[in-house]
Amino acid sequence: MAWTREEMAARAAKELQDGFYVNLGIGMPTLVANYAGDLDITLQSENGMLGMGPFPFADEIDADLINAGKQTITELDRTSYFSSADSFAMIRGGHMDLSILGAMEVAENGDLANWMVPGKMVKGMGGAMDLVAGARRIIVLMEHNDKAGGSKFCPACTLPLTGKNAVDMIITDLAVFARPDRKGSPFKLIETAPGVTAAEVRTKTTAHYID
Amino acid sequence: MSKTYADARTALDGVLFDGMTIVAGGFGLCGIPENLIAAIRDSGVKDLTVISNNAGVDGFGLGMLLNSRQVKKMISSYVGENKEFERQYLSGELELEFAPQGTLAERIRAGGAGIPGFYTKTGVGTLIAEGKEHKDFGGETYILETGLVADLAIVKAWKADPYGNLVYRKTARNFNPPAATAGKITVAEVEEIVPAGSLDPDCIHTPGVYVQRLVQGEFEKRIEQRTVRERA
Repeated sequence: MAWTREEMAARAAKELQDGFYVNLGIGMPTLVANYAGDLDITLQSENGMLGMGPFPFADEIDADLINAGKQTITELDRTSYFSSADSFAMIRGGHMDLSILGAMEVAENGDLANWMVPGKMVKGMGGAMDLVAGARRIIVLMEHNDKAGGSKFCPACTLPLTGKNAVDMIITDLAVFARPDRKGSPFKLIETAPGVTAAEVRTKTTAHYID
Repeated sequence: MSKTYADARTALDGVLFDGMTIVAGGFGLCGIPENLIAAIRDSGVKDLTVISNNAGVDGFGLGMLLNSRQVKKMISSYVGENKEFERQYLSGELELEFAPQGTLAERIRAGGAGIPGFYTKTGVGTLIAEGKEHKDFGGETYILETGLVADLAIVKAWKADPYGNLVYRKTARNFNPPAATAGKITVAEVEEIVPAGSLDPDCIHTPGVYVQRLVQGEFEKRIEQRTVRERA
C-alpha cells in the first residue's frame, strides 16, 4: 500500500531534529508541521517571519500576518519579523537547518526541477531557487510517478532546473531514497511503504540508485 | 521642511514621468502601497518598469496598473495570481524579468546601499544564470547579480513620525524596507502619522533619511487566502 499524503508528511517529520529551524514549501510540505510531536521546531516563512504559528481562529484573522503561501496564520511567543532581504540572508547564509519542498522531477545526480513547465504559463520560482541553494539539507516530497505513470525520480531532469545537485533525500508515496553527501554519492533506497517491494520500486523508477 | 502630504495624488506631484522605473514594497497583497498605486493609475503615467515581488491580483494592487496597460515591464519572482498579467505576457504586450525572490530582495537592498553587484549561489546551473558572469570562491561557483535602483520607491508602513521614520507591522514589512532605500525619491504611505518623539528610536525599521514624502492612507488590506481553524 502506497503512503497517503499525510503518511508521507509523517515520514518526512522523522527527519526533524530538536531545535531545528525549518522552511516548509507550499502544499504537501506544510503538513509536516502537524507531525513534529514534542520536538522544538521553529518554522521560517520566507516573507519575513520566524516562529510561524497555526491558522488563526476566524476572529483572530490579521491581514498583516500571512505566510509565503499568502495564507493567514498566527504568531507564537518566539516569533520575530524581518524584511525579505534579511529573510533570504538567513536562507542564503546557511542558517536554515532544513527545507522540505515539492518537485516535478529529481535527477539521480540530485538536480531538482519544480518551477516551470515550458509552453505552459510560467508563474515564477518565488523563493525556491534561494532555498535549494541555501538551506543545509533539502528533502523532496513528491508522488513517485506522474499522472502518465512516468518516473519523477529520473536519470536527468527534462524540465528547467531549480537547482543543481541540491537534493539530499526523496520521500515518495512508495519509497525513501537518500544519499550521505552531495559529492557524487548515489541515492540509496532506504525504505519502502508497507507492502511495497524493492522490486516494485525498481520497475517504477527510471533513475539509477543502489538498493 | 514638512514631508507630510495631504493625499496620495499630491504626494506624487511632479515625480511621475512616462518610461520611469518604480520599485514597490509588498508581498502578495500584504503590505502594498494601495493608495499610491491607485494614484499612479489615476495619473495615467505609462511605459512603466515595475520592480515588485508580485504583480497583484486582477484589478487590485499592481493589477490595477496592468489592467490600465501602464506597465511595460515587470521584474518579479512570482506572478501566478494574475490572469490579466498572463494574457498580456503571452501576447507579448508585457516584458517580464524573473529574479529568484532572495536575489530580488538583495538586488534592491544592494542598489539602495550603493552596491552595483554581488555574487550569489542562487540560480547557478539554471536559466537564471544564463549570460551572467560566473566566479568560483572557495571551490563553489557563484553568479554575478546586479543591484537595482528606481526613479521612485513606493512603500507601505504602519506608522511614521513627521521625520519619515517608519515602523512596519508583522509580515507587512517584507520588501518595504529594502524598497524604501532604492528610490531616488521614496514616498511612504502609512496607517498613522504620529507626533515627533512618540516612536522609540531603538525600534525604527526605516530611518527617515530614506523617506522624502509621507501620506496617511485608508487601507482595504485584502486577504488572498483566508485560512482558519475551528475552536475545539
